[in-house]
Amino acid sequence: MKQLKILGLVAILAGLIIAPFTQATYGTYVLSSWLVFTVAAMGLNLTLGYAGQISLAQAAFMGIGAYSTALMTMAGLPWIASVVVGMGLCFVVGLILGYPALRVQNHFLAFVTLAFTTLAFLVMRNEEWLTGGIYGLVGVPRPSVAGLSLMDGTRYYFFTLGVFILASLSFWWLVNSPWGRAFKGLRENPIRANSLGVDTRLVTLLAFAIGAAYGGLSGALMAPLVQYIDPMSFTLIISLKILLMVVVGGSGYFFGPFLGAGLVIMLPEFLRFAEAYYLMIYAALVVFLMVVCPSGLLGLLSRGIAAIRSREPAERGDLKEGAQL
Amino acid sequence: MFKTITLATALATFGIIGAASAETLKLGNVAELSGPGATVGNAWTDAINMGVDEINAAGGVLGMQLEIDTYDTQTDAQTSRALVQKAIDDGAFLILGTVYSSSTIVNMLVTMQQGIPQIVGSESPSITQKGNPYVFRSSFGAQKSMPKIAAYLDEGLGAKSVAVSWVNNEFGKGGHDAFVAEMEARGIEVVADVSSEVGQADFASDVTQLKSANADAIFVYLHEEESARLLKELRKQNVEAPIIGETTLLNQKVIELSEGAADGIMGHVGLTVDAPNPEIQAFAKRFSDRYGYKADHNAMKGYVAIYTAATAIERAGELDRQKVADTLHNMTITVEDVPNILLNVSWDETGEVSRESFLVEVQGDETIVKDMLPAN
Amino acid sequence: MSDFLQLIISGLSTGSIYALAAIGFTLLWQASQTINFAQGEFVMVPAFFILIGSRVLGLPFPIAIGFGLAVAVFTLGFVFKRLVIQPMLPHGHLPIVMATIALAILMRELVKEFYSAEAQTFPALFSEQTFDVFGAVISHQDIGNLAVSAVAIIALQLFLGRTRTGRSMQATAQNPGVAEILGVNVQRMVLYTFMINAALATLASVLISPIYLAKFSNGEPIGLVAFLAAIVGGFNQVRGALVGGLLIGVIDNLSAAYLSSEYRIAGPMILLIVIILLRPQGLLGTSEGRTV
Repeated sequence: MKQLKILGLVAILAGLIIAPFTQATYGTYVLSSWLVFTVAAMGLNLTLGYAGQISLAQAAFMGIGAYSTALMTMAGLPWIASVVVGMGLCFVVGLILGYPALRVQNHFLAFVTLAFTTLAFLVMRNEEWLTGGIYGLVGVPRPSVAGLSLMDGTRYYFFTLGVFILASLSFWWLVNSPWGRAFKGLRENPIRANSLGVDTRLVTLLAFAIGAAYGGLSGALMAPLVQYIDPMSFTLIISLKILLMVVVGGSGYFFGPFLGAGLVIMLPEFLRFAEAYYLMIYAALVVFLMVVCPSGLLGLLSRGIAAIRSREPAERGDLKEGAQL
Repeated sequence: MFKTITLATALATFGIIGAASAETLKLGNVAELSGPGATVGNAWTDAINMGVDEINAAGGVLGMQLEIDTYDTQTDAQTSRALVQKAIDDGAFLILGTVYSSSTIVNMLVTMQQGIPQIVGSESPSITQKGNPYVFRSSFGAQKSMPKIAAYLDEGLGAKSVAVSWVNNEFGKGGHDAFVAEMEARGIEVVADVSSEVGQADFASDVTQLKSANADAIFVYLHEEESARLLKELRKQNVEAPIIGETTLLNQKVIELSEGAADGIMGHVGLTVDAPNPEIQAFAKRFSDRYGYKADHNAMKGYVAIYTAATAIERAGELDRQKVADTLHNMTITVEDVPNILLNVSWDETGEVSRESFLVEVQGDETIVKDMLPAN
Repeated sequence: MSDFLQLIISGLSTGSIYALAAIGFTLLWQASQTINFAQGEFVMVPAFFILIGSRVLGLPFPIAIGFGLAVAVFTLGFVFKRLVIQPMLPHGHLPIVMATIALAILMRELVKEFYSAEAQTFPALFSEQTFDVFGAVISHQDIGNLAVSAVAIIALQLFLGRTRTGRSMQATAQNPGVAEILGVNVQRMVLYTFMINAALATLASVLISPIYLAKFSNGEPIGLVAFLAAIVGGFNQVRGALVGGLLIGVIDNLSAAYLSSEYRIAGPMILLIVIILLRPQGLLGTSEGRTV
């Protein structure tokens, strides 16, 4: 089973490497933006899937990352420096936002992040001296690696893929390291985790802040991809879109955001035949999915597999690990 | 009867020619077919499709039939960028659209990098100020229309002060900045400067501010529905200062939606189907016969865009994008040459257009053209 | 001074309509812990039911309103509860949040495709005649909005407090388990709540559409305001949502005029954050026994 999984991963990776050569510029661009959004969704998955908090600020964090990158690289600073600043900013803002919200009541983080996203948008739009205002910032350079320019779409795709793999590995490590098990404990059973001495409030706060930093990373990848950023790319609707990615894919599943982001980004392509009706079909599908299987597509899949394997009730793959805590 | 038969034969012949010549020329239309801009994008697209059918029926461009692929941006800038790329990948020789400035400003980077001529319906001044050699307008940028309004405010109304209501997005901000600059140049004081959001529903506060400024005139630069809501609130709060606007404020839609509150407003329009010109009247009739609704300035923009594209390619004489772009710069198309260009029009080296325009007034439900203003 | 008065009065007039939407929002929350992200669309859609009644079916306007109300109570109350919310209730509030977000998109798209993408005029219940009070212009519409909202809210309070069904509904909201034991048909009470929400939304729709025009995209701003009003006033109190609605209406106007029109929505948003930090149960709310 484990070998099968590794084989599957290798096949997917190989597919991702070959993909841009089978695609025109547009296809590569869509693939790149899938990778970018997956990074943001991955971060939200930590907040939502593991810590059980609805955050509506992921787009705002992408914005912070994207504006940091745009401003710094346009001033001639290296991309990597802007990533550190962008992610650091998001992490700190995450702590500042999350601390008071989580102090009072669990579901209040959703409201605070909603307000934050709106305020962040206003600042990006109105503070023209810094952010370029409604016109945004044009001409964000793409970084070069070892003297190799990444202006070409395919090259930038591979750069994004590299960063994406690093981000995925870190995430994997994060939730599987001895220290990171607290996240899983939180997901499986917060009350038990609490009684076992895990400071659930601190872990929840960290999950939110780290999730925010992933949002920042995603923004830092997005600015050079689009080469243009404006406040409209970081509104509440985009936050909702990222939230949809996580939930549709399956929140709390490692691969949930990968699948969810893929669907949200690619679906308009698949549903093109439906023309004006595609958004309608899409929304109806989401309502249907939530009614039938609230744990998302991967939840549906694992329920299916479990049902085939045995008559026992469905269980999550790593429930056992969680129970060992 | 005879006429019908000839027409049918003619169409059939063209049809055969169209089918026989395997060569078609592909154009991409990237427009707002869904989302908040749906009304605008659909009018633009309908007019383009009508233009394409007419051009094809008349033998096409350089002997080739035009084929138009339409892409829906969902009124989203990022999506429009991806779709312009897709249109280019699909082999579009030239791109038409988008209409929303917020989209155009993003997706014109793609056509610029790949040297594809693009004819847009957007009015934000910044579009032609970025040194993009491949972007062309089909209607005025705000910096072209504002001087005409300023002249009217100053000389026509003798206004010494003005209050401004504008929508805070690319469209509104561009217009606002151009307007304020003109006011400064003419020494007219801007006594209230009130911005509003796209989709804003409650204009009570905006109107209170506009009213208390006691300006000689109120200038409105909003989208259609917001204009209607503002006009209703202006009437409700008994504001008596003359209300002046630019194209959108004088749109038929605003007149309908504001239910009488638009009576008496004045303004400048770049394109209007109410213009007395026979070409425009003929276009308006063909359009409403075909689609069952009245054409507006967005439809006229789309129509002008497709005829501009066809004429430029025809004049360039070959399918060379660089050559087409070069032809478009400093090009003039007259109604005598191409009746369906609707009004004589010229482009400068930045892709900005010059054309005659109209001073209109709303009387009851009607837009009356008061004056024809020369091109600048 | 007259400006200030004008801002307050206009704010109260629209605020009273927000309150109707906000009250429905809090009712759903109390009855079933549903955060309805489609609440704005619930206010947007009934206007189109009514327009279908009057323009397509040719009904006289007052009957068209009745028709719209009936359709809204059935679809946005009964069908919404039975087909969408009920199956998800055992799974916590996240799927409901996502489903209502998607439902909002679905409703918007349906109206746009099958009615019109363009804004529609909507007949007003009250005349647009105005009179002056200390320099502020007040229309009959403003007074009408306030009066109708007030009557609806008082009626609702009386119903909840004075009738058997109303008290059963309150019991259900406070503790469904105990209510069940006491012989209350909990599912039916929850269903009533959903139907009342639909009726309130229809009322809000009738009041707001003449001013805002009926348009498929109107739900978003209305929903956001209802949401803010509910949190600011208190999630578990009808009174709270009323105060929240009025307050948001006024603060929105004042912050546009005195703070900066560019930062207009910042006023209510900052108020939201401050309330959450200092008084998370809302201005009039009592702190909640249940954590979610």
